Amino acid sequence: MALAVSAFAADPPILIQNATILTVTKGTVKGSILLQGGKIAAIGDKVMAPPGATVIDGAGKFVMPGIIDCHSHIMAEAINEGTVSVSAMVGIEDVLNPEDVAIYRALAGGVTTANILHGSANAIGGKTVVTKMRWGKSTDEMKFEGALPGIKFALGENPKRAGNAQGFGTTTTLRYPATRMGVEDVIREAFNDAKDYQNVWKLYNAKVAKGDIAIPPARDLKLDALVEVLEGKRLVHAHCYRQDEILMLIHVADDYGFKIRTFQHVLEGYKVANEIKAHGAGASTFADWWAYKMEAKDAIPYNAAIMVKKGIVTSLNSDDAELMRHLDKEAAKTLKYGNLTEDEALSLITINPAKQLMIDKRVGSLEVGKDADVLLFDGHPLSNMSKVVKVFIDGHEYFDRDHDIEGRPAKEIEKKALTGKRAGTTGGQN
Amino acid sequence: MRLAIAILIPSLAAMAATPPAAPGSDDSFFIKGATVHTLAGADIENGSVLVRNGKIIGVGKNLAVPKDVKVIDGKGLQVYPGMIDSGTEVGLIEINAVRETEDVQEIGKFNPQLVAATAVNPSSEHIEVTRVNGITTVATMPDGVLISGQVSLMHLNGWTTDEMGVKPRAGLHLTMPAIRLPGGRGGFTPDSSDSGGAAGGNPTGFTALKAAFDKEMSELNEFFESAHRYKQMKSAKAPDFKPDLKLEAMQAVIDGTEPILVTARREREIRDAIAWADKQKVKIILCDAVEANKVTKEIKEHNISVILGPALSLPLNEDDAYDRAYVTAADLQKAGILFSMATLTGGTNLASRNLPYQAAQAVAFGLPHEDALKAVTTNAAKIWGVGDQIGTVEEGKWADLLLTDGDPLEAKTQIKLLFIKGKTVDTDTRQKRLYDQYLGRPQ
Repeated sequence: MALAVSAFAADPPILIQNATILTVTKGTVKGSILLQGGKIAAIGDKVMAPPGATVIDGAGKFVMPGIIDCHSHIMAEAINEGTVSVSAMVGIEDVLNPEDVAIYRALAGGVTTANILHGSANAIGGKTVVTKMRWGKSTDEMKFEGALPGIKFALGENPKRAGNAQGFGTTTTLRYPATRMGVEDVIREAFNDAKDYQNVWKLYNAKVAKGDIAIPPARDLKLDALVEVLEGKRLVHAHCYRQDEILMLIHVADDYGFKIRTFQHVLEGYKVANEIKAHGAGASTFADWWAYKMEAKDAIPYNAAIMVKKGIVTSLNSDDAELMRHLDKEAAKTLKYGNLTEDEALSLITINPAKQLMIDKRVGSLEVGKDADVLLFDGHPLSNMSKVVKVFIDGHEYFDRDHDIEGRPAKEIEKKALTGKRAGTTGGQN
Repeated sequence: MRLAIAILIPSLAAMAATPPAAPGSDDSFFIKGATVHTLAGADIENGSVLVRNGKIIGVGKNLAVPKDVKVIDGKGLQVYPGMIDSGTEVGLIEINAVRETEDVQEIGKFNPQLVAATAVNPSSEHIEVTRVNGITTVATMPDGVLISGQVSLMHLNGWTTDEMGVKPRAGLHLTMPAIRLPGGRGGFTPDSSDSGGAAGGNPTGFTALKAAFDKEMSELNEFFESAHRYKQMKSAKAPDFKPDLKLEAMQAVIDGTEPILVTARREREIRDAIAWADKQKVKIILCDAVEANKVTKEIKEHNISVILGPALSLPLNEDDAYDRAYVTAADLQKAGILFSMATLTGGTNLASRNLPYQAAQAVAFGLPHEDALKAVTTNAAKIWGVGDQIGTVEEGKWADLLLTDGDPLEAKTQIKLLFIKGKTVDTDTRQKRLYDQYLGRPQ
């Protein structure tokens, strides 16, 4: 944390004036917002520019908090360790590519924070990591300092595919499970093992604490991650579609005494909203994807709205490098499907995913003291005819549409030089 | 039993089947006092539209209120022509991942005799969810390698496929041969070329791909030659002439009465398509021409129209500008090229209903608003050869109309009333009913 903040605090203060500021949590303010020291320093109708501040005229423009995508796979050079049904020992943070152009494209669509997940090939998948889209920085510098790590679970069609000899392309070896019943069993077996393992370590630690001589148990990287789940130190993000499997996982979690932090996709979440709410889980869904697979048949574009109305902390995610670039337009669909208010719609891509990832003290709304992760739009973000023109993370400008456009001729020249070189012609100078 | 359930739980009974509006029931009406966006001239404030027997017979400011038809108060509302998705697979796919519900791609490279309308399921749930977003007509298309079949222009309402048909044989779909990496739509990447040719034998390398491309081009040309020979044999009443369904279906194409929809994504494919059409003397429409911006001069010179795929797409190349797909529509508009828009999303996630938001994205990136509306209405109709039937609010056209509370390109806009061929279309959907049902589940 110290590293990131000190690295970015050197930016001069930025004052955006005369804008419509959509704070999401504290209403709409016509006025100014000051970014200073990596944080939001002031919001109001009259904010003085401190010495050395860059002043941006926001007349006719809109400011909103950076978009948070609770489900993405960008940067990941590998997605699925699908050879086993429980792959809790692997982590997506080990395979992140900081030069993935999808980062820049997501930034240009207003995403400032993304939860990068393992895939859904197995009932218990790999570990996940929360990142900020600090384009140009190293992978370590992109990690969201202090955010709890997570783990991917997956239910339904995807994890059972490898159990079907006729499914999943080239799979020749059957892998348990092949049914939703088996998926439940895999998770229960894994947590049985994890409980045993936790116990063995507790006994050992108790002996050591008493000053007894004891032989340490063998480390099991897979079970370590599951013990972290049991101890609330690792958040569970569970891929799911149908109501039956959602209910199943709630029962399993209740039986083993852990919590599901978010149900992901959760396209039938609207059918079991009461149960999701009672468990205390969040729901992270698509605006209107449906019918691409059998378990998405009853997906309705009103899903997010129902869950919001039933009191679930709900977000819209992308799961896709293209969709990730217009989550604001996805949120706008909930104005039509279910008549959410503008603040409710914006919450789906800002404060709600921040709550789901337990980073809402830092990001997700425009409030003094929060990280200066701020977007400037040329129109209302929920209008389909507006676009992002500037993106700040920690008060540092990571995207500017004018700069992007101005830089294109130089890039064209560089490209010509490089491709000329490749083709063996005389295009290149260096 | 069924009756008893219907009485007890009417909402469930309604879910069982969604009949389209009854034919002949109410296809005459008068809208008064609305803002009419005709897309064939200036908007008409406080305007009226008279519809009789499904056709628009009057549009203007001072129409007399007829006595014999239903009058709809349009105060505060906007009238737009129904939108047209210029390329989709609505009706041909129900669930992408369930093979049994797909009728898009046949076996073989030459299937001009296949017509999409044959396999459009009038009960598809995609029809109701698409039209409630204001899309009243779709060009639904077979897809595949080379000639996959004929595109059908279908109204999204009707008791039967026949009733839905606007133009069942609207164009022949040809996917232009291309040098592409196997397994992707991305195209040739130098990194996987056979530049390390010394080691030899990389089957995915450029040489192998070029050979496959040449073979497909020659197969395509031979097929067209066969169609010409067939024409000669037929007109000469040659004794050994035998009817052939494939070659028969080609006659409208080689006569120039039916256009070829040529899917050509990259610059090279587009240039190939233009040169090939010149040689074959056929009329083409470029489809999913992602890099049309690089070929505007030639497209314009040849007077070719373009159907663009979704603006909300990733750039084709890693080093393209982030907004490459967003600005292509504006590029074509500036070049004076006639273009329309298609969702073309059958392969992954049917989203014909999001057509208006594709158009809106182009507006955010420089396309004039009116041109965006035209790209999903009148220009689509013109390109598909049905400009005399649909696409504007004008006398003589089918009354495919939206009554909205705002701009149909904005997601927040609600469509209050929807008409297809003058018939009121229920804006209820199974999805809406599930919403109502589960919103009402007790806590």
